[in-house]
Amino acid sequence: MSLAKRIEQSSPPRGEPFPLPQVVRTRSRFRNPIAKYRLHRTRACTACGRCVEVCGQGVHFEAGGRVLSRDHYLCLGPDCPRPCTAECPAGALSMKLNPTFEALGDYRWTADLLVSTWYMAETGEPPKGGLEYKIGASGGGFDKLRLLFPKKGRRRASPEDIDTSIDLNRRNDGRLEIRIPVPWYGGGMSFGSVSIRTMVARMRAAQAWNTFCSTGEGGYPERIVPYDDHVITQVATGLFGVREETIQRVRIVEFKYAQGAKPGLGGHLLGDKVTPAVARMRESVAGRPLFSPFPFHSVYSVEDHKKHVDWIKAINPRCLVSVKVSTPTDVDMVAVGSYYAGAHIIHLDGSYGGTGAAPDIAKKNIAMPIEYAVPKVHRFLSEEGVRDKITLIAGGGVRTAYDVAKIIALGADGVCTGTADLVALECVRCRNCESGRGCARGIATTDPELTELMEIEWATQRIINLFAAWRMQLVDILRRLGMRSIRELVGRTDVLVHLDYLRSSRPVPIEVRKEKG
Amino acid sequence: MGCVTCVKRRCIYGVYKKRGVDPKQMVDSTDTLCKDCFRCVQGCPRELYQKSINPEYSSLGDGYWKPEVITRLWYLAETGRIPVSGAGYTGPFTGPGFDSIWTDMSEIVRPTRDGIHGREYISTAVMIGRKPDRLEWTGEAEPIGSYPPQLDLPLPILFQPAPFGYYPKETVLGLIEAAGRLGTVAVLPLEMTSRAHLSPATGAVAPRVTSDQHIEALAQSEAGRAARLVEVVYSGCASTAGRIAHIAQALPEAVPGVFIPLHGEAAGEDFSQIVLESVRGGAGVIHLGADIHGQASGPGRGEPVFIKDVIRQVHLCLVEHGIRDQVSVLASGGLAMAEHVAKAILCGVDAVVVDLPLLIALGCRVCRRCTRAIPCPADIPGASKEWVAARIVNLMGAWHNQLLEVMGAMGMREVQRSRGEIGRVMFFEELDREIFSSLGRWSEHDYELG
Repeated sequence: MSLAKRIEQSSPPRGEPFPLPQVVRTRSRFRNPIAKYRLHRTRACTACGRCVEVCGQGVHFEAGGRVLSRDHYLCLGPDCPRPCTAECPAGALSMKLNPTFEALGDYRWTADLLVSTWYMAETGEPPKGGLEYKIGASGGGFDKLRLLFPKKGRRRASPEDIDTSIDLNRRNDGRLEIRIPVPWYGGGMSFGSVSIRTMVARMRAAQAWNTFCSTGEGGYPERIVPYDDHVITQVATGLFGVREETIQRVRIVEFKYAQGAKPGLGGHLLGDKVTPAVARMRESVAGRPLFSPFPFHSVYSVEDHKKHVDWIKAINPRCLVSVKVSTPTDVDMVAVGSYYAGAHIIHLDGSYGGTGAAPDIAKKNIAMPIEYAVPKVHRFLSEEGVRDKITLIAGGGVRTAYDVAKIIALGADGVCTGTADLVALECVRCRNCESGRGCARGIATTDPELTELMEIEWATQRIINLFAAWRMQLVDILRRLGMRSIRELVGRTDVLVHLDYLRSSRPVPIEVRKEKG
Repeated sequence: MGCVTCVKRRCIYGVYKKRGVDPKQMVDSTDTLCKDCFRCVQGCPRELYQKSINPEYSSLGDGYWKPEVITRLWYLAETGRIPVSGAGYTGPFTGPGFDSIWTDMSEIVRPTRDGIHGREYISTAVMIGRKPDRLEWTGEAEPIGSYPPQLDLPLPILFQPAPFGYYPKETVLGLIEAAGRLGTVAVLPLEMTSRAHLSPATGAVAPRVTSDQHIEALAQSEAGRAARLVEVVYSGCASTAGRIAHIAQALPEAVPGVFIPLHGEAAGEDFSQIVLESVRGGAGVIHLGADIHGQASGPGRGEPVFIKDVIRQVHLCLVEHGIRDQVSVLASGGLAMAEHVAKAILCGVDAVVVDLPLLIALGCRVCRRCTRAIPCPADIPGASKEWVAARIVNLMGAWHNQLLEVMGAMGMREVQRSRGEIGRVMFFEELDREIFSSLGRWSEHDYELG
């Protein structure tokens, strides 16, 4: 079947509402989901059943004449409107913070964010209470930005009328017109860095949401061919697994110049993870570590870069070209250079994100966080008069639906997901993805036995659910802001405040300021 | 509990199989072997396993020398490796001191250097010492006058002892041995060098002196004459200049340096002025010494300032006076991680002097019991010279490789050239203000925050 024909069938016509994929409750793969709160029942319990009655979450249940508790992770903690601990006539119930919860998470992905993302991946809805699911505890950037919701104002649109779709080709150059129903697609995670099941599940979730997911730099496994129309094939510095047919097969080709996990440094797949299957895909030797050099040794100028883009465009005459770069001080120059080279999408990968194995020194210190890079680039491209000709995608540190809204308000059109997908699959961020057999939880591993820990069906549905929860929150945010489309939010820095500059700042959006100047 | 397969058996790291008592720390080895995958916690049918944060870990060190920093240095000293991990950055957005700086990277429009995989050579060598403004030649192409002595270091790091800790002979000898193997020097107070009964001569020791008698004593001894750098502790402008001249005359092979303590009695001093006077007095090296938290006394007895700000100020002052290239600037205090070396150099020093990390490499927990004359829990005094040297060499090897990562990402081929390259640094305060001070305005009456 021709590419054009396939695309006609796979994308719903413009203007028609996209049928949202179905949310199916998908419980944790593990017997004991980690809960923030734990309920303790003393022997004073008379099994009167009062707690079973009052708990809206089904934490308490009766069995064989006794009352027991399970699924503590559903407990709303202090946000519970009718706490069982207060209602218990015998005073047999008490609630405590789970000490294991405190051992979970870090500054960026707090235990609250991990557990609430797991909840969203299970139910397709944001948590009902007891968890901070909007921000982390990094003490800067997203975590200090807040959206300004007017208390009064325009009548709020109904959720069905809110449009969250974005266009990926804004050049009007005769190439594919692609609109994705949600302002995100999946960032590159290669086969090798993650298991084939993780990869396939992400592709399937992308298909269900009619969006995309990047292959990362590790070749194009046969298993993802059925999802061709939702695959972004990555061309990176090592050129692992890049062939003419993989470029011709897809609708979007991504050049990876740098990645947020290790800006300015090459990729590195440790020997342990180069299994025979990975080696075959990458045309290399099993057991030997693989380095992607940095940078493309054929690109030392914008002109060289244009030659690269032209090359892809000649091989696939309909595809869109995305350019993935990280965030140096002159990121604005890099972005405008990519526009002149003919890219449709400029994908900024901020320095605090990334999923791949990287030197800790690079993750912490090199390049700027995405929260700075996006407004810089947005402003510069606006001033150059080309902002509406290119799609700006931000990645690297986007953890929640609120982060999505904030980075769009700072000037991005959409975002790229990475770690959030893995957390939906119950990643605990133990950070041992790179060593030995890889992920102990079967997500970022190529070990055949560990890969078995996760089912594709389960994983697909978890990611679909997470995206549903994100979209639900995004719709709510847009309604509260009095907007009807996510595209209205782009660059609206006036709907944001930073807690350190709460009152000192002035509400002038970037475009307006430019016109005045 | 009668399960067919216990979660303990399914641990992929074999933590329970290898279980024992860690003899050094006297703790259950499960605590140190566990990799935080939570599978046993989440898998046990009886929910028998829980994890919690070890309170002893949290109580390590202090607000600056955090548990993460200390355990990281232990890892480096043990393995010599660059720490690598997956899943992105996990730390805070920014922090005080060096943590409020990001370094630049190069992309498309500027070339990069692939240093770490050996594809391209990145030089970390620095030349420390006084440099003449220009060279003059006779008609026969012979240089006029003699070139001042230089300290040629393969990496921009010197050593000095920490302000606390036990430094018995073996430890000092280990420190000197490590400096010698790496081709750098250990700046040691004169009394410490005599404690180590230094002989025969080694160029790896840079004595720090406080009096003319010290200089005289050095000139008398073989070990003293082998010194490539001699530091004078600043003690007022006239006497310091006198001692610099004394060194130049008595020890002509050594680079004369001035150590300027930036804290304690120095409160309220104008450091730039002291630096200028020292350079005019003939110093080849200016060593700015902050306290172990990187703090320096603020101007006019004001709030203390961080070493990076003193470095920037001194560097700019020397640039403005047109004498930056005549002199080398060193800094010490608060340098805890490999990235601090790169950042200090980018702020304007030629090289750094590390102290406490070398002690931590030997197992120090920054508990400061030594300051109360209580025995060291890590038994550093019991360590052999060879072990001390090996641990320090490992640590420096790991720092060197990490420095290459930072330099490579910036596209810099030489550490020397990154000195004072403020254009390749991003300061949190500046960026944050630039980007975030012009957002919306909140009024309680009209908006709620979400």
